[in-house]
Parts: sequence; C-alpha cells; structure tokens
Amino acid sequence: MTEVTLTVNGKKYTQNVFDHVLLSDFIREKLKLTGTHIGCDTSQCGACVIHLDGKSIKSCTMLAVQADGCDVLTIEGLADGDVLHPMQRAFHENHGLQCGFCTPGMIMSAIELIKGKPDITEQEIRQGLEGNLCRCTGYQNIVKSIQEAAKNENNLTNR
Amino acid sequence: MSKSIVNEDFHDSAKLHVTGRAIYVDDIPVPSSCLHILLGLSKIANGKIMEMELNDVKKMPGIIDVITAKDIPGKNDASPIFGDDPIFAENEVIYNGQVIFAIIAETLEHAKIAIKEAKIVYSETPPIITLAQARHKETLLCPPKIVSRGDFSSSIHHSDHIIEGEIVIGGQEHFYLEGQAALAVPKENKDIQIFVSSQHPSEIQHKVAAVLSLALNNVSVEVRRMGGAFGGKESQANLPACIVAIAAQKTGKPCKLVYDRDDDMRITGKRHDFISAYKVGFDANGVINALRIQHDMRCGMSMDLSAAIAERALMHSENSYYIPNVEFIANLYKTNTPSNTAFRGFGGPQGMLAMERVIDEIAHFLKLDPLTIRKRNFYLDNKNPMQKEQQTPYGQVVKDCIINDLVNKLEYSSNYLSRRKEIERFNKTSKLIKRGIALTPVKFGISFNKLMLNQAGALVNVYSDGSVYLNHGGTEMGQGLFTKVRKIVASTFGILSNNVKISATDTNKVPNTSATAASSGTDLNGMAAYLAAFQIKERMAAYLGHLYQCESSEVIFSRGKIIIFDEEKMTFSQAAEKCWMGRISLSSTGFYKTPDIYWDAEKGEGRPFYYFVYGAAVSEIVIDKLTGESRVVSVDILHDVGRSINPSIDRGQIEGGFVQGLGWLSMEELVYANDGTLMTHSPATYKIPAFSDSPINWNVEFYKGDGNIEETINRSKAVGEPPFMLAMSVFFAYSHALASLKESYPSLNSPATAEQLYFTQF
Ligand code: FES
Ligand code: FES
Repeated sequence: MTEVTLTVNGKKYTQNVFDHVLLSDFIREKLKLTGTHIGCDTSQCGACVIHLDGKSIKSCTMLAVQADGCDVLTIEGLADGDVLHPMQRAFHENHGLQCGFCTPGMIMSAIELIKGKPDITEQEIRQGLEGNLCRCTGYQNIVKSIQEAAKNENNLTNR
Repeated sequence: MSKSIVNEDFHDSAKLHVTGRAIYVDDIPVPSSCLHILLGLSKIANGKIMEMELNDVKKMPGIIDVITAKDIPGKNDASPIFGDDPIFAENEVIYNGQVIFAIIAETLEHAKIAIKEAKIVYSETPPIITLAQARHKETLLCPPKIVSRGDFSSSIHHSDHIIEGEIVIGGQEHFYLEGQAALAVPKENKDIQIFVSSQHPSEIQHKVAAVLSLALNNVSVEVRRMGGAFGGKESQANLPACIVAIAAQKTGKPCKLVYDRDDDMRITGKRHDFISAYKVGFDANGVINALRIQHDMRCGMSMDLSAAIAERALMHSENSYYIPNVEFIANLYKTNTPSNTAFRGFGGPQGMLAMERVIDEIAHFLKLDPLTIRKRNFYLDNKNPMQKEQQTPYGQVVKDCIINDLVNKLEYSSNYLSRRKEIERFNKTSKLIKRGIALTPVKFGISFNKLMLNQAGALVNVYSDGSVYLNHGGTEMGQGLFTKVRKIVASTFGILSNNVKISATDTNKVPNTSATAASSGTDLNGMAAYLAAFQIKERMAAYLGHLYQCESSEVIFSRGKIIIFDEEKMTFSQAAEKCWMGRISLSSTGFYKTPDIYWDAEKGEGRPFYYFVYGAAVSEIVIDKLTGESRVVSVDILHDVGRSINPSIDRGQIEGGFVQGLGWLSMEELVYANDGTLMTHSPATYKIPAFSDSPINWNVEFYKGDGNIEETINRSKAVGEPPFMLAMSVFFAYSHALASLKESYPSLNSPATAEQLYFTQF
C-alpha cells in the first residue's frame, strides 16, 4: 500500500492504495465517481478518459500511484452546478449519445481535441477520436456535437 | 389514436449521461459488505474435469468462498428455453471459456490474486470447432428447419439458366460497451432482488427462481438501463444473474459480478456464422423461378435461441423478392464454442445476404446491372395497378409493399445510374484503385416469431399534484424507448414529457413481460402505456364532465390545461387534485397484444409478422488492389419508419444500425484456434468500426408515405433492427469493384476484410 494525494474535481484526497490499482479503478471504487466508465480495461475504447493536469488520458492506462500529486478532472467535475459545459450541452442537444456508456469518455477526449481549434474539420475530429469507440450511434451525431461545441470554442471555460 | 405524436425530445437520460450521473449496474451504490465475484473459466473446449482443487483458493486472503455446481440449490441451468446451458460445468466441459467456478471475495483484487491457486485437471477430447467439422460429425441440434413453396426440384428444370454457389457469412461479437453485469441483494425471508443489465427481466426472474428453488414472487428484477445490448443481453444475461443470486443466497451478502471485456468475449455467444449454399433457376431476363438455399449455422454448444433465429433467417431468405418455387433449409450445428445467440436482425441479415448474393451473381452472369435484376423480382407494391395479391413463401400476404416506389426514389435521388456508369469508366482506366457501387433493398418482418411474446403491460399513476409516473415492461438500452413511451403518455394527457417520470423496468411493477427485442419495444410497450393513460384520462374526463355538466368527450386535455367549450377551466395539476378529492382512481395498468398474427410452426405457415419495414441504401466504396484496403466513400439511405414518433431517435437508429452492419460485413472477424480458443477476445484483435470507418458522405432520408397501414401507435414503424441490413449495399459495392478485376464472378465472403478483398481478385 502506498499513500497517494491527488486533487479530483477541485477536492483534495489522500488515500492508501495497492501499487497495482489502476487510476480508473481508484476513481470508481475509492472515490465513488462512477461517471468514468470501463469498457475494456486495456486502453482500447476510451470510455475511461479523464483529464490529468489538463491533458486527456485513458485512466485505465495508468496506475493510481502514478497520479500522486496530480490534478484530475472527471466528467462529474465538468459542469458548473446546473450549468453544463458547452461540450456537454452540445452532446445533449445534438443527440450525441444513445446508451450513453461511451459519452463521458467522448466528452473528455473531445474537449482536449478542440482546444484552440474553432475551425476543426470533420476529418480532424474523426482522426483525433480514433481511440474512442461507440457501438451505438454510428458516430454521426457525435461528430456533429463536437463540431458545434468547437464553434463555440471561444466560450469554453478552460477549468 | 387520432392525434399524431411527433416530437424532438432529447433522450430521457441525456443530461445524466453527459454529466456522468446515469447509473449502470456497476455504478449502483452498494453497502461496504458487498462481495465481488470473479469467474474461473475452462481452458479447453471439450473434455472431462478429472480433478478440481479449489481449497488453496479459499485459503487466500480476502476470499469468502468459492462456489461450483454443487452449491446450486435448484437447477444448474441458465438457458432461455431448452435446459441445456449449465451455469457451472459439472463433469464435462463443452467450450473454451465455460464457467467452472466462481470466487466470492471482499474485493476483485483479492480474487484476481487468489484465482492463480486454482488447479483443474482435464482429460481432453478433440473438440468440434468449425462448421466443416460439425458437418462431418453430423452434430445437428434438431431436425432441419424448412420453409418451402411450390416445387423447387421439378421447376428448376424449366429455367433457362441455373447457377450454384456458396457464401461464407461470418459471425459478430456484440461489443456492447458495458459488459454483462449483475448485482444480487438478499432480502428478508429468502427474497432476493436482482439488478442486472438485461433485455429480459422476466426471464431473469424465472431463471433465478429456478436456480434458488424459489417462487417467482420471491424474486424481483430491476433494469434501469443498459450500456448497449443489441440482442447480446437477451439470454446471455441469465448466467451472471444466476451466479450472483447463488452467491448472495449462500453468503447472505450483496454480491456483484461484472464481466471484464476478455471474459465477456470468451463466455458469451455471438451472431451465428453461416455457410449458405444456393442453387437458382432463372430466365433470360433474370426473373427467378426456382431457388434453393441451404443455411448451415454454427450454433455453439447449446440451443439458446438458435431455433427461432433459424426460422427468422428462413423467413428473410427471399428478402424483397417474389419467387414462385422455393426451398429454404436451415441446419443447426452444435459446436464446442460459445452458444450463439440473438443479435440485431436475429438471423434475418444472414438470410438476406445469401439472397442478395444470388441476385448479384445472376446479374454478373447475364451481364446486367444487379439493380435491374432486383427490380424484375420485387414483390409488387400494394398500390400495383393489377391489384394482385402475393404471398411470402410462408404464406403471409404482403399487404404493405412499397419497395418498388422506395427503390425508384432512391435510385433517382442518389443518381445511382450515372454514378455506376462513371465508376465503370473509371475502373477501366484505373489500374490500382477500383471503385464500386451497389443498391440493396431490405424488407424486414416485425413481431416475435413466438406468438406468446407479442404482449406487453404498463402501469401509469397520476399523483394528486398532476405529476405522472410511468412503468412498462420494455427495457432501455440506448434505443430511446423510454423517451418515446414517455412522449406517448404525455401526449395522452396533453402535458409536457418532463412531467412524466420514467422508472426502471421492474418485475414487481409490471409482471410477465417479454424481452425487449425484435424491434418491437415501442409497438408493444408504447401501446400498453397509451392504453393505461387513456383509461385514467377517460375517468378524469367523465368526472370533470359531470362537474361542468358536459359530455366527457367535451373535456379537452391540452397544453397542460383542461379546456371545456374553448375555455380554460384549470391546469392538469388542479384537475388531478380535483379528481383525487372526488375519489377517482388515478392509477391504471394497460395491456396490449399484437392483433391478427398467428403461426403454425409444424407447417411453417401463417402470418407471423404484423407488418413489414422497408428500406434501401446505395453505398459507394473504393479499394486498393495491391493491399485490399478499402473505405466507404458515401452512403444514401431511404428508409421507412412510418409516421415517426421521434425523428432524431429514428435517424440515430438508422445511422447506428448501418455502421454496425458495416462492421459485420467488412471488418469484424471472429477467429477461433483449432483448440477452440477465441483468438479475437479483446478490442486489440477484434475491430469494430471506429470514427474514421464510417462513411465520409451520409445522406439519410425517411420514406414519405402514408404511415403504417396497421394500427400501431401513431402509425409508426419499428426501427431497431431493419437499418442494420442496409449495410449489405457496402458488401455488394465491393463485389462490383472486384468484378472489374476478374472475368469470373468474384465470390466474396463476409467479412470483406483487407485479406478477403485482396485474395478474391485472383
Ligand atoms: S476502459 Fe480504458 S480505454 Fe477502455
Ligand atoms: S452511445 Fe452506446 S456506446 Fe456510444
């Protein structure tokens, strides 16, 4: 067991964890933040994407102990109270989801992808999100959602 | 129902999904006493368990217990119908990945360390893995299924031309993003509550009761939502539910089991793979007079739903074509692989693909455009000038056919003909890059083949503040069922959707439900919910009419208000309170069964489907001759959804279904090693379509017609499965491209992976 201290969605946590525990499991099991989903556990599907020190990463690719001292943002920390983040709003309003299981990871990945790129092309979105799988939507509405959010990039609060 | 319901409501849980607050089974808050389960799986595909030593596992830290077949109080069976799916292997092992034991531990971490101590000694028998091996050993699960009409054998001699051929059609892993998951919570006096990711809560209730030797009223099953299912949680969710139930009963603690991706892919059944052999007779114009297709299906180690899947495959083997003399046969082979199961389309896609292959090959033979052959063989539209009636090979009159009109419209809007000509010119000069285009139709029958399943119930409560509570037997897997049914209830009361609360599917609230499958979720549950709401509304109207001295028909429910003689009398909330004060019952159940359908399984005849859904797609592809690499350039879809209840949701189903179909036909490849090990057991080796695999140009339109000719809710049509088969257009576009590379017919097999495409050119 090792003691780790990290900030998650603005709150500081200090916990003892086994060295082999994945960051994704730590977030779900220890912190009970279940919006970060596990679709494969092997860095393939992107359902577990979070932001670590402002960069999107697959949280199943990393050990909890490696995140010691880091600043973590999960899907739960994105909205400002009842006010949705523009990317969340775009997914909501453009039917960018069906079963919703891929959604948190999609949103977290997409936010980083469009940062500073209000004119991002469809091609760039498709390439940039190759690491996020969705089995339901056929991706069309997800692309649409992200394009719309990108247009509003200027309004994005970079929290 | 006279009023038309159309709305653009967002998905009922959209806000929860985008904020990460939607709860799936693995997210349900559990007490710290909750125990976790890890499964021990067989490493061989066929043989006997000679020795099983699990005591060392039990001695490891954090391990509470290890359970096997001996710990089952009732029946060791998780099968949907036939009693042939053991929960735990007892003496015999019948597939690689079969569950043998379950470790119950304080945490999953503990279980993962402890499982290494398990020792099992097998005595192996050579397994039967491939269809070829199964044919050789004649491992038929049941007598062949047959649908036939006329006399194939004698009529084929009158044909001008005869072609024989074969197509290999691969299976498909569901790859729902949320793996199988179940949680059991023991209650007082042996009662047990199950939370599970399942399309069929009532079946879970049955299986758990049988496994624990309890009555059905001891077991309650709740399903709030699934992270995708596609048929893979129709019967396959029984196993994890039974295991958590056994563990919870034995330990007296809540127990949870979530398959990780690898286990999920190894344990669960998939879409059936087929080898379909055909013999067809036709005239110089390509009009078919006799057709025989024999489908050999790999069913895996048990029956599961294979019999019904075979029947649906046979009932879709003529797709949209009227063929006078047919003989369709399905052979169901048992193999030492996971038991193949329901998957979007339920055998229909394989049946249709074989038929479309026949058309494609006839066109190649006659040097005609396949679309010409298709048109010459279509069923007549219902508005045909000859007013002729045609029947399917299984004796159902095709009353609602629109395929000719629909295909003509799509041919025109997609510019099919000129594009095809242009592509053929291009292929003549282009050496390495070849292009292809195809238009394929879909006709898909709606209703469960099994009559009994075509029923649904719902419960509606109106509270005294005017808020409404809705429960029904359907389950939500992302298809938008809850959003649609909620809208139906809201429209009935003339209130907004967000005043209607949707609740988790629960066997305590609506009993004896059917699986949410066969695309029938909205047709059945929407109607049941409507009937429940309608009864309450009638009671309210009668009482208010009495108060205001008018006929109940003069009490109008609209925009959240009660209107009588054009005058707003009160809000819906006030009306609810008034009715409550007036002692009017504000709760009702609704029950619906699909009318006018029947099926004689013995004769293979009847009217199994309430109606048909039609659609067609044009796809254009490009391939690289040197590598076999390919991509879908564009797709044009014209699809019939009747009068849509929610166009955005329906469009999403069409796009999602198409891409899933494209995955099945072009990239998703299941590979079993000779010893039955699934080699493609993770997304590292099994590729589902990603962002850049879907078509570059999309054009999706709804067919503008008169709506469903049958009295479905809002005259809408089911939309879950039919669009899946629109992807056949991609497959035959490949075939078109390959035809420019060789003289003889390019007999392409599915999935058309890069290797397939590369080697088929020679
Ligand atoms: S769970 Fe992390 S990438 Fe799939
Ligand atoms: S919405 Fe179901 S996986 Fe993306």
